Amino acid sequence: MSVIFDYNQCNSCRGKDEPFCVKYCPGDLLSVDSETGRPYIRNEADCWDCMVCVKSCPFGAIETRLPYPLASYEASLKPRVLADRIIWHLKDASGREEVFEIKNLE
Amino acid sequence: MKVGRYKVEHLQTDLLIIGGGTAGCFAAVKAKEAAPELDVLILEKAHIERSGCLAAGMNAINAYINPGETPESFVRYVRADSMGLIREDLVLSIARRLNEVVREVEGWGLPIMKDKEGNYLARGRWNIKINGERLKPIIANKALEAGARVLNRAVVTDLLVEENQVKGAVAFSVRKQVFYVVQARAVIVATGGAAGIYRPNNQGSAHHKMWYPPFNTGAGYAMGIRAGAEMTSFEMRFIALRTKDVIAPTGTLALGFGAKQVNSRGERFMAERYAHLGAEGAPTPWRVYGPTQEIKEGRGPVFLDTTHLSEEEVRELKKSYLNMYPELVLAWAANDFNPAEEPIEIQGTEPYIVGGHTQSGYWIDVNRQTTIDGLFAAGDVAGGAPYKFVSGCWAEGAIAAESAAEYIRKKRGKEEFQEIDSRQIEVKAEEVFAPLNRSDGVRPHEMEESLQKIMDEYAGGISRYYEMNERELSIAQRKLEKLKNQVKYLTAGDLHELMNCHEVIDRIDVARVLVKHLQYRKETRWPAYQSNLDYPALNDREWLKFVNSRYENGEIKIYERPYEQLIPGDRYLP
Repeated sequence: MSVIFDYNQCNSCRGKDEPFCVKYCPGDLLSVDSETGRPYIRNEADCWDCMVCVKSCPFGAIETRLPYPLASYEASLKPRVLADRIIWHLKDASGREEVFEIKNLE
Repeated sequence: MKVGRYKVEHLQTDLLIIGGGTAGCFAAVKAKEAAPELDVLILEKAHIERSGCLAAGMNAINAYINPGETPESFVRYVRADSMGLIREDLVLSIARRLNEVVREVEGWGLPIMKDKEGNYLARGRWNIKINGERLKPIIANKALEAGARVLNRAVVTDLLVEENQVKGAVAFSVRKQVFYVVQARAVIVATGGAAGIYRPNNQGSAHHKMWYPPFNTGAGYAMGIRAGAEMTSFEMRFIALRTKDVIAPTGTLALGFGAKQVNSRGERFMAERYAHLGAEGAPTPWRVYGPTQEIKEGRGPVFLDTTHLSEEEVRELKKSYLNMYPELVLAWAANDFNPAEEPIEIQGTEPYIVGGHTQSGYWIDVNRQTTIDGLFAAGDVAGGAPYKFVSGCWAEGAIAAESAAEYIRKKRGKEEFQEIDSRQIEVKAEEVFAPLNRSDGVRPHEMEESLQKIMDEYAGGISRYYEMNERELSIAQRKLEKLKNQVKYLTAGDLHELMNCHEVIDRIDVARVLVKHLQYRKETRWPAYQSNLDYPALNDREWLKFVNSRYENGEIKIYERPYEQLIPGDRYLP
């Protein structure tokens, strides 16, 4: 696993040259499906889990899923990017939630 | 996809920067500052907003002259950490600018943590804490603001060099079938180092779960090697001590949270077995060698003991990782792992070639000019100066940019760009796009696996506890020559895979030089980084010198270069 798309949230960044996730992926791993017009990951095994696409998505439509050999299925980590800070929502496998707010621009 | 209707685009610039990462973006800002009239063009394989080592962020600056230290004391420390052999001129020139570049980036918006008096919060002798999640966008935007032009998704394959003077570079786009021919008066190569030469820690669906960016594939080294630039110290591989599985940095744990290394029996083995070298403060290669030997001798797993941490400290620890390796926090959550209850398992990574941590790379003068006239190098791709990390890459980017601007002013400012032989360009473009035309052949990932198998098994990979001997290296060399002859069978289905083809071509060229260097140094200077079981001792009498190489008429020739001590004192004392 690498990243999963919630296509109910994603609108393929309509009006842009290409979706932000496709534009910024440091591995050029995201592409737009020529039939559906939606972004997808062309090679899950090549993902570095850097979360650049997750952070770049204006709709919160992308989620990181770590490779299964390294991490069980449950748990999620979702960043919300604001003007001068990032807010991380973490949910562990037992359902416990933690929120971290970090200022990342002075 | 078929090649055939590719378009050739010609570009001209004063200063071409290859690679828009940590060093490249900073160099662009400094070049525009030094000479605002210069046109500066960055060619970037991904997108500068989030490319290179800083993609996910950074939680510390690890090369900073804290109060009480000096540039000279920094050189002494780096020299001892590198087992008494570094280019002191290069390290000193970086050290003198570390604090200036850090303050500058702080001014651009990087949050640096401070104590109540407003001093930077130290995290060790040379380290300060930052909230650097957005560090890359900050420097990328500054490069744009400074007026640099950027061409994203452009993969440089080769330098253009005539009579040992750089003339530019060629590249292809991964978005459209375009072949770029870029003419320049000077070039700074700042592409980063190389991962994926060796079989990595994880396999299959997790094979890119590595510490160094898997997209840093040694392109900068490879284009220099092919152009006949002199390279140094490839044999000083970098092997990082990282958290097992999710290969995240451990400095955060050891320096930031006081975690100590323990083996399966709970022994503080660094203190017990390596006290004479400084125990947990031993030179970096020994801090990888130590735990690796514990595992080899049956006393693994090895841990960083975090069980002393309070819940509040664990929360701070998670914040620290969210700034840099958020996926570690996710993995802990998924596996119900609490570092306050259990120690964190650690291990060595695959061997990387990374001039920002060790010193493999271009042989440069103090102005950062390589042995090719007009070609400068900065960051992980530049050799001779270990312990650069992020801030050292900025300092080196600044030096390279200022030198390149001066070089253009003095030597090539009025130069007319010559017309490039179109036949020569056509031949090169056909060669670059050739994998698109082959319907049958070897896929890039297959060749990558083949390379990684050779290197792991015969050139001291993870499965060999990083150790090697002469016989193994000669087998590696033979197999690599065979592999090199197979690149003509590489096949690609699209432009992304074409990029993957060139990545493996570059990795093979780097691996061939690496093995030559490993064969030549007949001692063991940096255990684990370079453990030769046929010559297990450090031998200053014969090997206190640099092993360099240069590609000449299709062969890798080795040269020895002398070591010069500038800063007095015992070379093995930090």
